[in-house]
Amino acid sequence: MRELLVRLGALGLFGLRILSSLSPQRGSGSDLLRQIYSVGARSVPIVAVGGAFVGLVMSLQGYRTLTTFGASNALGTLLGLSLFRELGPVLAALLFCGRACSSMAAELGLMRTTDQITALEMMAIDPVRKAVVPRFLAGLIAMPILTAVFCAFAIFGGSVQAVWVLGLDPGHYWAALQGSVSLIDDYGQAFVKSAVFGAVLSLIATHAGYHAEPTIEGTSRATTGAVVQGSLMVLFLDFLLSALFY
Amino acid sequence: MTESVSSTEALRFAAVSIKRGERTVLADLSFVVQTGELVAVLGPSGAGKSSLLAAATGVLECAAGTIQVLGQTLPLPRAQLFALRRRIGFLLQGSGLLSDLNVAENVALPLEMHTELDAAGIKALVAKKLAAVGLGEAAELSPQQLSGGMARRVALARALALDPPLLLYDEPFTGLDPITKGVIVKLINDLCRRLGLTSIVVSHDVAECLAIADRVLVIANGGLVFSGTADELRASSDPLLRQFLEGAPDGPISFEYRHKGAHSHA
Repeated sequence: MRELLVRLGALGLFGLRILSSLSPQRGSGSDLLRQIYSVGARSVPIVAVGGAFVGLVMSLQGYRTLTTFGASNALGTLLGLSLFRELGPVLAALLFCGRACSSMAAELGLMRTTDQITALEMMAIDPVRKAVVPRFLAGLIAMPILTAVFCAFAIFGGSVQAVWVLGLDPGHYWAALQGSVSLIDDYGQAFVKSAVFGAVLSLIATHAGYHAEPTIEGTSRATTGAVVQGSLMVLFLDFLLSALFY
Repeated sequence: MTESVSSTEALRFAAVSIKRGERTVLADLSFVVQTGELVAVLGPSGAGKSSLLAAATGVLECAAGTIQVLGQTLPLPRAQLFALRRRIGFLLQGSGLLSDLNVAENVALPLEMHTELDAAGIKALVAKKLAAVGLGEAAELSPQQLSGGMARRVALARALALDPPLLLYDEPFTGLDPITKGVIVKLINDLCRRLGLTSIVVSHDVAECLAIADRVLVIANGGLVFSGTADELRASSDPLLRQFLEGAPDGPISFEYRHKGAHSHA
């Protein structure tokens, strides 16, 4: 328990250090764009494919269950609400954690191992401001966009399954979806959740990588730790945020 | 905290002890490096040479004694330490080139961060620095495309970017072939002689260092065991120095790792 508190304290202090290093400096715009491309744009394929398959499966399973009660027309509602309120932010965050947080932790760990962090310090350049802040902000910005991509592809996958394979009337499907999903309550909630997940995941990944032991084993441990701790934190925070919202 | 010291002194260690954890790496170390001097710090692996550089750049705080660098006494608050480091060029053993930047961007980095120069000015200065290390046409290469010697030279160009009065080299010859070693030796010597840079070369490559150093410091067994010219070192009959110079496995320099405390020295 004490060790957990110490770790959370260290994470909090690192977060404060990041916040105190947010002021822009020369080249920070291009650093941020580079990182948004690296952790955001390059995560789009896995998030889009993941979303499409989740939509396909949810549509298939939901249709079978709802048909039992003669409520197959509510498939759009089921898909929309479960995606925006829970599955979209959580699954997109878990995919982001595996794809981008591992890379953030590994890159920073490798920078530590290959003396790049030391070189920055020796050149009187704050390594947190130069190497950590762009990654943190990129995660914060990319996560809500990736969640939107995930939900869009899931809804598209769900509609393909429902309309083209199961033969549901497209009017019913889209009308139920449109009627049940609220922009503020549901999409807004997904946006807030995903922004929180983005910030926390980036914080965990950059903290693990930045403080990695400067060896190959240390980098490997930091990468694994970032993914495991990040995934667990997403599930825990999802419960906490859901309890707060409802 | 700034103290006035002789303007001819670039670096002063006075009765300095350096610890890593509980282990005393160096004890009671005293020496002075004058401005414009090329000083080689020699010693076997694990003798504390890199710890000495870490202490001189404020990475490690000394456990006892005083360290003065370019007129400032360490330790310093972070902002003042960073201001001091802008006046120190540091060539790391592993080069430390940023892997997501190309050669020119690596050399430009300190200029972008610490000067008001526009893009054209930085580009011209980067070209000049790269030409000085013989890599004028390597500007667009990524660090992954460089050989060990080329990476070391790019790192040297980057260390020179802000025209620092003091250059520290941490094992600049490690892992290089004889020709590349010769190139680096010549570069270090030229930079010191032509530009008047105070240079401290930490290494265990005896021949390369003795060929160019004005003065040689040897550290072993936890302390300073020799300070003098290269000729004086070659002529020394001290068994410890002879063991180091001749690479003998048996002698006063212990081969065995000792866990705690400073070691006695000659």
